[in-house]
Amino acid sequence: MSSPMQSLASPFYGPEHEDFRATVRRFVEREIAPHADEWDEAGSFPRALYEKAGAAGLLAIGFPEEYGGIADDPFLRLILCEELAWGGNGGVQASLFSHTIGAPPIAAAGHPDVKQRWLPDILAGRAISALAITEPGGGSDVAGLSTQIRREGNEYVLNGRKIFITSAMRADVFTVAARCGQDGGLSLIVVDAKSPGITRTALKKTGWWSSDTAELVFEDVRVPAINLLGEEGRGFRLIMNNFNGERVTLAATALGAAQVCYHDALAWARLRQTFGKRLADHQVIRHKLADMKMRLEATRGWLEMVAWRLRQCSGKPNAELIAEICLIKNFSTQTMQFCADCAVQIMGGMGFMRGSRIERIYREVKVMMIGGGAEEIMKDLAARQLDF
Amino acid sequence: MKVLVGVKRVIDANVKARVKSDGTGVETANVKMAMNPFCEIATEQAVRMKEAGSVTEIIAASCGPAANVETLRTALAMGADRGVHVQTDAELQPLAIAKLLKSVAEKEQVQLVILGKQAIDNDFNQTGQMLAALLGWSQATFASAIEVAGEWLKVTREVDGGLEHVEVKLPAVVTADLRLNEPRYASLPNIMKAKKKPIDTLTPDALGVDVTPRLKTLKVSEPPARKAGIKVESVAQLVDKLKNEAQVI
Ligand SMILES: Cc1cc2nc3c(=O)[nH]c(=O)nc-3n(C[C@H](O)[C@H](O)[C@H](O)COP(=O)(O)OP(=O)(O)OC[C@H]3O[C@@H](n4cnc5c(N)ncnc54)[C@H](O)[C@@H]3O)c2cc1C
Repeated sequence: MSSPMQSLASPFYGPEHEDFRATVRRFVEREIAPHADEWDEAGSFPRALYEKAGAAGLLAIGFPEEYGGIADDPFLRLILCEELAWGGNGGVQASLFSHTIGAPPIAAAGHPDVKQRWLPDILAGRAISALAITEPGGGSDVAGLSTQIRREGNEYVLNGRKIFITSAMRADVFTVAARCGQDGGLSLIVVDAKSPGITRTALKKTGWWSSDTAELVFEDVRVPAINLLGEEGRGFRLIMNNFNGERVTLAATALGAAQVCYHDALAWARLRQTFGKRLADHQVIRHKLADMKMRLEATRGWLEMVAWRLRQCSGKPNAELIAEICLIKNFSTQTMQFCADCAVQIMGGMGFMRGSRIERIYREVKVMMIGGGAEEIMKDLAARQLDF
Repeated sequence: MKVLVGVKRVIDANVKARVKSDGTGVETANVKMAMNPFCEIATEQAVRMKEAGSVTEIIAASCGPAANVETLRTALAMGADRGVHVQTDAELQPLAIAKLLKSVAEKEQVQLVILGKQAIDNDFNQTGQMLAALLGWSQATFASAIEVAGEWLKVTREVDGGLEHVEVKLPAVVTADLRLNEPRYASLPNIMKAKKKPIDTLTPDALGVDVTPRLKTLKVSEPPARKAGIKVESVAQLVDKLKNEAQVI
């Protein structure tokens, strides 16, 4: 298995990036790709994979070094997401890296004791972290969330429901969005999954089968007050910053999946003979492949620019860059949708059969366009940032 | 004990090598390069021996142009302690590399040199043997297991039809075969730490080594493209073709 897209030179990657790419590629070849089908059908993957990923340093990017992290570099994230895509199992990718949305708020605003309690374990793969924002009453309208926390002495008491939460069946720690009082502002609070009063219910999905997605019910869950991230009612900014990171990751993951579609479709088109010639020799098919390649390179070029800009501002995007992040998330997931559609079409009946990564990627498209901020919401947010 | 490992920069194993249009060699411009897989195994072995306590320091050496520093960084990320880069743009053949490694081994006063059994570009399989001869040290090639026993190394060698167990006295040169180990992933924190590990730069001149090639490459060509097969009608026809056309029976 190789990443054919990386044969052209790029100004953005240095030798340490190439070393990291080699590490991730080897990890994917050994630890994920051979099991991709089996894990999807089984609806899960071994928990031991978290510790293996931790040992390779794959969980460390962007977290403080004192807890086992590595200084942030958006290009390392891009490489990680893209290379993981060659493993051909988006569900593994979603759950194995759910800490990339669950843990950054802990690192950014956690009490030192809370950071020490969770970050080393999360980054080593010993603890699974999940982010719980979305509620049955609505996910896009973050300001309208209704889960509540109430202060009682040195504790908060948490009540509410969360839905579609990645890794929630297995998570050891939840980063939960809740408000204090009916009109209180939003807060994020760190909740030990072993606390009494938490019920988890697994959900069945179109794709990402090996990822454990669940509904959570919190009933009078008592949480130490130091677990609140930042000041009470001031969590909205923290949540929004976290979304920026998630959206770049989703864009890179979508690009990775789109590349796999192109790669596998091209290989098939070169092999498959119909009407006496290769599929790739039929103009309709070769044009499809050219259209895929065109979108891939446009997406890559823009995404790398966004990553470069993020590096220039040390991960603190201004309004214009936030808008770009929203739009590249849309653009890249559209590239994935286009390429997945073309790839299945080129594969013909084979593309509809379980057991190929193309079939799986096709089922994974919509969650990429909905999760982490749905397409419509991304456009609106971009419009506001750009002051239309 | 101090160990020297040799790490060669070669065309990445996943890349299809192409012959230069003038037939003088293989195209390496703008081609993805990586550490020779057998050198990775050699490096991994040294790191395991250090983890087991029988090795105190690992020095990785690479001979070649400026870009070889990247290959050294990879070795440092896997766990080597420091690097030695013998920098030259000259074509290097096994004898020249063996001479360069000899002077590095003597300068660094190592007791053991671990090399890959061969590099996947030229497939020479000569450097380790030549190095042992030049140093006057013991040698054990094609190692699939290495165990330290005091002043001796117990080495299992992969030979035709089985395994051979030999004991060699230190100092020694050992070359690594495919099954010696499975190289680790260089973890991301180690990749970052490797950026700070020292790499000394030397030159063949400074080491007093004449690297002038002794072998002349006459021509490099692509292997002939495989021709399409045919279906035979009968066993008799098959035998006839094997006998008269292919002339193999
Ligand atoms: C597999 C999976 C995993 C997930 N993992 C997590 C997780 O780990 N943590 C977490 O917190 N959430 C998670 N989510 C939830 C995800 O973030 C939400 O589904 C998403 O934010 C959309 O929210 P919603 O489903 O409530 O849709 P709604 O908000 O109800 O929106 C429905 C549709 O209406 C559109 N829409 C809504 N408002 C407007 C408007 N004002 N103008 C125009 N169009 C609008 C939306 O774009 C969308 O298309 C996950 C979802 C899935 C499917």
